[in-house]
Amino acid sequence: MQLALFIIFGALAVAGALNLLLQRHPINSALSLVVVMMSLAVLYWSLGAEFLAAAQVIVYSGAIMVFFVFVIMLLNAGEEERTKGSRAAYIVGFPGAAAIFCLLSFVFLSERHAFRSSNVGGYLNNITSNISEISSVLFTKLLLPFEVTSVLILVAILGAVVLARKEQ
Amino acid sequence: MSAQVPVAAYLILAAVLFSIGVAAFLIKRNLITIFMSIELMLNAVNLTFVAFAHMWHQVSGQIFVFFVMVVAAAEAAVGLAIIIAIFRTRETLNVDSIDLMKS
Repeated sequence: MQLALFIIFGALAVAGALNLLLQRHPINSALSLVVVMMSLAVLYWSLGAEFLAAAQVIVYSGAIMVFFVFVIMLLNAGEEERTKGSRAAYIVGFPGAAAIFCLLSFVFLSERHAFRSSNVGGYLNNITSNISEISSVLFTKLLLPFEVTSVLILVAILGAVVLARKEQ
Repeated sequence: MSAQVPVAAYLILAAVLFSIGVAAFLIKRNLITIFMSIELMLNAVNLTFVAFAHMWHQVSGQIFVFFVMVVAAAEAAVGLAIIIAIFRTRETLNVDSIDLMKS
């Protein structure tokens, strides 16, 4: 079941990411990014991270992507036009991304004997989830960072309001 | 009972997503799409965190992903506000036209 989930939703995530790359209109790119995030949520769930799967759906595909779609509609962004800079970007972009992919997969594959095979059934078949463990660490050992993130969110809200406000 | 998937497979998938994010970041000419490819790269890194957290049976990786999500939400709010401010002054979203500091 884990293998089937990995193949189906991994392929869906890669297809969504490629669609983001190939679409010209930003709203199509935004919707394919939603597909990527939903399939990543399923992969998180299959890796035993139920809390993160829920947070991925709610925060990323629910809040952040809706915000993106709002801004695209607000600014009435049309299709991107080809310019002189885009040809140079094609020349640099694809070899650069291919080089980064080769480097990452070389490191991962050369170290793969150090990784054990992930025993996924362990979490999926267990009666208890690790949500209680996460919350106990988050609210005891990491309480200060957790509270600091709320201040960060508050500052981000203030900054967004100040930046997007119409100047008189 | 269930077929095992090696952790390296998840890492390779994350590498594929990250590389597509890098390519989209370099190739796309629309400011909003460039911002979305940054989110794609953050998601790819989150997948490696969750895979390693699963491999070591630790929750620290998952907590790190939680904090990355919080920072990504803050970043999206501020970044899109900056994009709105840029559009208001320059009337375009094409990064080739936003070159005030270059000339």
